[in-house]
Amino acid sequence: MTTDRIGVRKTYKLFIGGAFPRSESGRSYPVRSASGEFLANAALASRKDVRDAVRAARAAVPKWSAATPYNRGQILYRIAEMLEGRRAQFVDEVALSEGGSDAARTVDAAVDRWVWYAGWADKIAQVYGGANPVAGPYFNVSTPEPCGVVGIVSPQASSLLGLVSVVAPAIVSGTTAVVLASEDRPLPAITLAEVLATSDLPGGVVNLLTGRVAETAPWLAAHMDVNALDLTGVTDAGLATELERAAAENLKRVLRPVQPDWFAEPAIDRMTALLETKTVWHPKGV
Amino acid sequence: MAFEYAPAPESRSIVDIRPSYGLFIGGELVSGSGGRIKTVNPATEEVLAEVVEADASDVDAAVAAARAAFDGAWGRMPGRERAKYLYRIARIVQERARELAVLESIDNGKPIRESRDVDIPLVAAHFFYYAGWADKLRYAVAGPRPGSQPGGTRPLGVAGQVIPWNFPLLMLAWKIAPALACGNTVVLKPAETTPLSALAFAEICQQASLPPGVVNIITGAGETGRLLVEHPGVDKVAFTGSTEVGRLIARAVAGTRKRVTLELGGKAANIVFEDAPIDQAVEGIVNGIFFNQGHVCCAGSRLLVQESIADELLEALKRRMALLRVGDPLDKNTDVGAINSAAQLARIRELSAVGEAEGASRWSAPCVLPERGYWFAPTLFTGVSQAHRIAREEIFGPVLSVLTFRTPAEAVEKANNTPYGLSAGVWTEKGSRILAIADQLRAGVVWANTFNRFDPASPFGGYKESGYGREGGRHGLEAYLDH
Repeated sequence: MTTDRIGVRKTYKLFIGGAFPRSESGRSYPVRSASGEFLANAALASRKDVRDAVRAARAAVPKWSAATPYNRGQILYRIAEMLEGRRAQFVDEVALSEGGSDAARTVDAAVDRWVWYAGWADKIAQVYGGANPVAGPYFNVSTPEPCGVVGIVSPQASSLLGLVSVVAPAIVSGTTAVVLASEDRPLPAITLAEVLATSDLPGGVVNLLTGRVAETAPWLAAHMDVNALDLTGVTDAGLATELERAAAENLKRVLRPVQPDWFAEPAIDRMTALLETKTVWHPKGV
Repeated sequence: MAFEYAPAPESRSIVDIRPSYGLFIGGELVSGSGGRIKTVNPATEEVLAEVVEADASDVDAAVAAARAAFDGAWGRMPGRERAKYLYRIARIVQERARELAVLESIDNGKPIRESRDVDIPLVAAHFFYYAGWADKLRYAVAGPRPGSQPGGTRPLGVAGQVIPWNFPLLMLAWKIAPALACGNTVVLKPAETTPLSALAFAEICQQASLPPGVVNIITGAGETGRLLVEHPGVDKVAFTGSTEVGRLIARAVAGTRKRVTLELGGKAANIVFEDAPIDQAVEGIVNGIFFNQGHVCCAGSRLLVQESIADELLEALKRRMALLRVGDPLDKNTDVGAINSAAQLARIRELSAVGEAEGASRWSAPCVLPERGYWFAPTLFTGVSQAHRIAREEIFGPVLSVLTFRTPAEAVEKANNTPYGLSAGVWTEKGSRILAIADQLRAGVVWANTFNRFDPASPFGGYKESGYGREGGRHGLEAYLDH
């Protein structure tokens, strides 16, 4: 006699320092599909989880920012390969989370976005830096450098493509990130974390938290060890202003909320917004 | 007691060399209508395989296949999809790295240590780098010319590419990667003595499912190259090789609409100032001239050493040269492999004899050379004057000419006293001197306290009779774009 096999469900957890912990708070919240069915319980991240994630992101800075651009490019490309390999899974999950009939196109665009940014790793300095012809016997050259740790509120509606479109430009140049996933559609983000975890990306370069933006974002905005704040996914204008003000304390670079067409080819501004420019002078003379 | 190196041979069982190869045209290996030529292992003189000497009708077929691909799917394909083919090629090169390294060392004679650690990794890196440009061309060039479409960059069409035997697969990558990234199709001719890695690359194109005709590989000698360069169906000519042939190509394309880039010979000065770190400089000099048996167009073949340290430096240099291990290219301990061909060995011997006849003093490292194959011991000449042929002509072998200077101005004067201008080296602890000297050197690449560094992100190419155009970096795209 045979019985129907019962499926094994996945526990959706946070992604911090390359590991998948539950929220230290022991809390979770129900995630529903676009049509309202229960999908899973996601971890409800706390202030402490934010701090743990920032610590992990900061710890990853020395190694990731010192990796050669060629190496970072290969790792981003590897992420594209891994994502493509799990294409069907992502199509299902994006379709459940976002509804509509665009899921396949969305996943394809997300893969291509990783490829697009992978190519920038060893090119952005050639487009955004260069020799400066100063009036004197000096060698003078400007090069972009990563800003450190960025806190990102990822897009709410576009749970995979939007997320990839804000994370890839941050990490490609050596910055590390603490990312608050789409609040109501967090599952593709955590599944993406499984891709990141198997792509030779060092632990801590990307840290993903699920939960309530209004609860966690203020801690991220006020954290003194965060160098930049990307508010792209903040939908409440009042909250965005409050976060920007909090970010002023240590003069974080701030990207304000936007809701672009994520399918359109990006410009380079998401990368350059998170880059410092360093200019080196050196005298010339025998 | 003295310790001896035990042999550490790399197995050649990883490569499968067929007795005979065809041409790669339109995505298939075809038999071709030209005659046959043999390629030999220069370390053993063993015949490795027969390849086609492509004739006029083969060249016609290859150019037609490239044109059809350009007019077809490839020419209309968005950059982001072209990029994926280039990434696939980069990945397959990485996957087959060991096999390609062994094959390259067998056909070329270069030490496995170099093909494994330099050539093949750079091949993969070059495809990876240019893959990333394929969908970013609007960022690549300084800006569209007035009147053209905003951000408009278009490929040129069919590129005819002729490459040398010193870095067979690497030169293929330097040619094919930027051409494809920009949306061109190519017909490439590898050198007659080193066709095998290019033919292996044909199989890589098949594994990557590259659309037929985008890359076509035709083997042959000088005449095949001439037919390709002069073919009316070719829109762009890219050549790496001798200045003599470069001149012929420049003449041949005169009056046509063809675009041309030429990467030609060199006679690089490697300038060592008295404040240089001697041990590092010695390593750099050795790397500069004995890397790849000196078969390097940017080799540091003229050592310019400040008079005050000349004796000390030469003594250290000879001591180091005596430790170079010359022999079996597949031995992982080998530093200097085989000279690529009997013809090249004859040229090195001839110019070395001229050096002695003209009055320079010759010293060769005391090494035992294998009995079979083409070999030349690492050699230096002292007492060389600027008028000597060994100071003026490219020897393209493991032969270093040593000259001295007293002042920085004299060093620059002597360094620039050559019709070539490909590369130069500067050794000094003083940063400001490096930059001031670099400013005055008429050379396309200047290495300071290092030598023979290559990276796909870094433009490479020469001044004066070392050719024109740059390969590598953003500059490397300009040669393949109509913008």
